[in-house]
Amino acid sequence: MEQKTKQEILSVEELSVSFSMYQKGLRKGNLEVLHKLSLSVRAGEILAVAGSSGSGKSILAHAILGILPGNACMDGRMLYKGQPLTEKEKKGLRGREIAFIPQSVDYLDPLMRVGKQVRGVRGTKERQRELFRKYGLEEGVERKYPFMLSGGMARRVLIASALMEDACLIVADEPTPGLSERLTEETLKSFREMADAGCAVLLITHDIDLAFKAADRIAVFYAGTVVEIAPAEDFRKGKEALRHPYSRAFLEALPQNEFCPLPGFQPYAAKLPKGCLFAERCRERNEMCMGEIPMRKVRGGEVRCVHAR
Amino acid sequence: MTRLKYMGKTVLRLLTLLIAVSILSFLLLEASPVDPLTAYIGTDSTLSEEAKEEIIRHWGLKEPPVTRFLKWAGNFVCGDWGESITYKKPVKTVIAERLKYSLALMLAAWLFSGILGYAFGMLAAVRQGKLTDKVIKTFSLTLQSAPVFWIGLLFLSFFAVRLGWFPIGLATPMGKTAEEVTVFDRIYHMILPAVTLSVLGTGKTALYTRQKFIEILNKEFILYARARGESTGQIIWRHGIRNTLMPAVTVQFASFSELFGGIALAESVFSYPGIGSALTAAGLGGDVPLLLGIAVCSAVFVFAGNLAANLLYLVLEPRAGSFV
Repeated sequence: MEQKTKQEILSVEELSVSFSMYQKGLRKGNLEVLHKLSLSVRAGEILAVAGSSGSGKSILAHAILGILPGNACMDGRMLYKGQPLTEKEKKGLRGREIAFIPQSVDYLDPLMRVGKQVRGVRGTKERQRELFRKYGLEEGVERKYPFMLSGGMARRVLIASALMEDACLIVADEPTPGLSERLTEETLKSFREMADAGCAVLLITHDIDLAFKAADRIAVFYAGTVVEIAPAEDFRKGKEALRHPYSRAFLEALPQNEFCPLPGFQPYAAKLPKGCLFAERCRERNEMCMGEIPMRKVRGGEVRCVHAR
Repeated sequence: MTRLKYMGKTVLRLLTLLIAVSILSFLLLEASPVDPLTAYIGTDSTLSEEAKEEIIRHWGLKEPPVTRFLKWAGNFVCGDWGESITYKKPVKTVIAERLKYSLALMLAAWLFSGILGYAFGMLAAVRQGKLTDKVIKTFSLTLQSAPVFWIGLLFLSFFAVRLGWFPIGLATPMGKTAEEVTVFDRIYHMILPAVTLSVLGTGKTALYTRQKFIEILNKEFILYARARGESTGQIIWRHGIRNTLMPAVTVQFASFSELFGGIALAESVFSYPGIGSALTAAGLGGDVPLLLGIAVCSAVFVFAGNLAANLLYLVLEPRAGSFV
């Protein structure tokens, strides 16, 4: 068991994703939205990827599942259970071993009954009924259409869909916005249960509070890359325990802390600064920040900052 | 209760439509240079002035238009649709005889354009931006912009005259008595006019279906379906058809008006003895009773198409179901 919880399910190494698109008339250009992003999730663990809206977090989820649009271009490496995860592998694994939990009921076909949708293309009726019972969905729900579901029911339906088959890796993209506190707790509890059952859970969220509560480790996402990965307790301890100035600013901005927002904006993907992406807004910036900033291991976490000690 | 109310509303709508159509047709004919007397006796008639006066008095042509309209409408409601000048038969008989030919023709064209257009549209959407898509798109746009009678003439000169695959016209073989004519004869004579008539609808349905399916393909639930491991085929089968068939069928029913407009041209080109050629003949011959009769029938036909689309929508669309 100990061995199993340690197994690295997904490892993303130096992932870059760019989109080719038309800029200013007919000039075609590349817009890089993820830059050399690295992270890994182990079995039995919840890794939260936390970052502000529009920083490209969903692109990460889509890249892992291999459902990026046609004009996207990927660079870097992904390993699934130690094996290279190519597009062909993804095709075979998604829906079977890699499950995706989307944001909202909009991800369900409005014209298909819920039961049929949860079963998907391979699921059985028995398994679907079992999951519905587990998540407190009445039998009548399977005959309903998505528009008839309440927010909480829709959430449980989407979770049930993810568990139809034996998922080893669950990628949840913003699974809680718009849910009541009770439903959020319930959702997080089900993620914990999945992790306890041996799944690796990648929880993508813009809600740092949620990340504190639910995750074992938190990856802080900024301008298309991960700037720090740290155990969740470091975030609970306070900003001294953190390694990256952005993570610290993130904490300071919370209402229960100083409630002090960081001035400035994330850089736009087409106009990225050289070197450290955060340098423009950083108080500790100096000439060392202008070069290539590698991911380093510092105090049991990882950080992309030359000043971190 | 709501169902009863819906039906009541529908009937009321049909009645107002029929009244409006008949008044408008009557006004248009009134304003047109059509002279029933000339249409009846011909331009080179040797009839005496007294005899002409007699006919005018008998028909009541001197009476004010409102009186004439009310008289016509009263008779129409009672089942007397008047006498066709062109065919020397009661209008009702003419329409009844010809309607079955036209209905068969329109049904064939409607099914053909629906099925073919839908299939082409789906294919083009799946292959969006690729060669297949471009070919289908160009083809559909061309078909949609080409006039029906011109397409009909092309088909006629190529398939019937040059290749000799199909008959040149009419609905049955010449020189055969009614008893000798088989179903296959009728179908054989119907193919070319039906294909001609469906050309307009095929392009339209294809372009519409393509647009609709592309819209669906960009929806989040398609992304989710892919994330759950569904193949392109499964996505088309499970989500594509489910989400595009209803809109396509609705548009197809709503195209009844164009279908009716199309038969006037297609039937004339192929000398097909349906409502369309009767309409052309009535128009050319100044046959007022027949024109009015056909106008009212076409209104009912188009109304029925739209009603079918609405009803089908209520029955098949779960989100609208709660309003029935």
